[in-house]
Amino acid sequence: MLAVLAVSVGPFLWQLSTSLKSTTEDIYTYPPGLLPEHPTLDNYKGVADIVPVWDYALNSLKVAAANVVTNLVGASMAGYALARLRFRGRKAAGLAFVAALLVPLESIVIAQFTMMRDLQLNNTLTAVVLPGAVGALNVLLMRNAFANLPYEVEEAAVIDGANVWQRFTRIALPSVRGTLAAVAIFAFMGAWDDFLWPLIVLSDPDRFTLTVGLNFLHGTFQQNPRLVAAGTVIAVAPLLVMFACLQRYFFRGVGEGAVKG
Amino acid sequence: MQRAAGRTPERRPARAGRVRTHRAASPWLFLLPGLGVVAAFVLYPFLSTVHKAFTDARTLTPGTWVGLRNFREMLDDEQFWVALRNSVLYVVAVVPLTVLLPLLLALLVHKKLPGVTFFRSAFYTPVVASVVVVSLIWGWMLDDRGLVNGILRFLGAGPVAFLGDQWLLLLSAMALTVWRGLGYYMIIYLAALANVPRELHEAAAVDGAGPLRRFASVTVPALRSTMVLVGALSSVAAFKVFSEVYLLAGPTGGPAGQDTTLVMLVQRTGTGLNGRVGYASALSLAVFVLTLLLMLLVLRADRKEADG
Repeated sequence: MLAVLAVSVGPFLWQLSTSLKSTTEDIYTYPPGLLPEHPTLDNYKGVADIVPVWDYALNSLKVAAANVVTNLVGASMAGYALARLRFRGRKAAGLAFVAALLVPLESIVIAQFTMMRDLQLNNTLTAVVLPGAVGALNVLLMRNAFANLPYEVEEAAVIDGANVWQRFTRIALPSVRGTLAAVAIFAFMGAWDDFLWPLIVLSDPDRFTLTVGLNFLHGTFQQNPRLVAAGTVIAVAPLLVMFACLQRYFFRGVGEGAVKG
Repeated sequence: MQRAAGRTPERRPARAGRVRTHRAASPWLFLLPGLGVVAAFVLYPFLSTVHKAFTDARTLTPGTWVGLRNFREMLDDEQFWVALRNSVLYVVAVVPLTVLLPLLLALLVHKKLPGVTFFRSAFYTPVVASVVVVSLIWGWMLDDRGLVNGILRFLGAGPVAFLGDQWLLLLSAMALTVWRGLGYYMIIYLAALANVPRELHEAAAVDGAGPLRRFASVTVPALRSTMVLVGALSSVAAFKVFSEVYLLAGPTGGPAGQDTTLVMLVQRTGTGLNGRVGYASALSLAVFVLTLLLMLLVLRADRKEADG
């Protein structure tokens, strides 16, 4: 147990320690020293002077937040229609999402890139968000969540004269909070983590998201591990804090939204 | 009309003047955002990829129909075979470990012990940290003068140039992928473990089965479908590996491009001002077909085992 712990958390601690070591300190000591002798925050300043890490973080945050909102709205509405409304073409609509699930995103990035060029959107954060704005998997997750709700409550609401929208927002949505949380968390992490697509669609350094920016940092400052370390800590810290706060919610939400084996 | 789903109430056709539960247009309004995005940014690009694979389109020119030329070129393209080899090796090396190790980890932390949630969260940190970050961290650890070589030197072994040799590079990237997968797939196993009835274990214990025997006869059969799911998910993910190799080996794919993976090749071929969109689309199509085949292979293997 402790060994696995060391393996999974150790690298992060090492990175944190490297980022705090001052330039006078040898980071290549043998045996490697974990605790910095002269802790300093200079490296964080240094990173921000060279690469606008904070701007990149803000860009990533914008993209991730937009992704969460679009996924929650789009996936819950579509999922509700597929699970709860009867209409001609429902099967076909459901199939469209399943088909989309089968298409690996990696195999359409070039076409998406060409499309964004045609729409004059390449090099914008909008282009980073759009392709993943409503994930097909999230739609199907929401559909399953809604399908598992008992029907009687909604029937009562129909008799009381509630229209579709009211039934959806007041009855159905509050009952699937766990799945909504799971979708939100996955949407956030997915967007924050995405690398291939932003790398392809963004060319202007001002617009970089954190992942693309860090890659750039890595290429430019291979010579200074302290700075790279500081950059990675900046990238990781907010997420880890968020995860630490939400973790109870997270494990429950994942359990609820997970594919039942 | 479709068959009425089990739980939907009996409704006569709306013509009969009954209260309708919704207007005819409502479902489509509900579907509009989701279906719109999926159709415009997933399904349409896919169709356009299929079409462009048979043209010589470039980034700035639409191109003309060239039939199967792209595919013929692919078969003669040494880079394609290198990339295919690397992607397949990735699957072969990563998947077995990814199916087994997270399962053992899940078994370790699914008991109700004090502090177990702390461990769960800790094991999940590599997943929460983005792939670029962990790749950078690993790159620095595996550096000639990094942590790993520091430890090796301390133990009296010479420095190993992990990032200089094509095979060691690929191995390092695989190790990174497995390491990240630990926490990710552990969660999936935990969710499944929660559904294994305790009574089974208790009954087996009463019958005198030891912990190993119980694992083999109770846990594994109960988790079979989950293991297949993890196998399918991880093999598709491993086949389409991009970030880890790109970040550890660099954009050109290590020494002489020998570490290029399929998705890296697609990205390199199709982007840039003079990107060969047509050829990259043909490569993308190959990735798509091979991914589907891989899925079928995993599911087939599963069925064979079930019958056998």
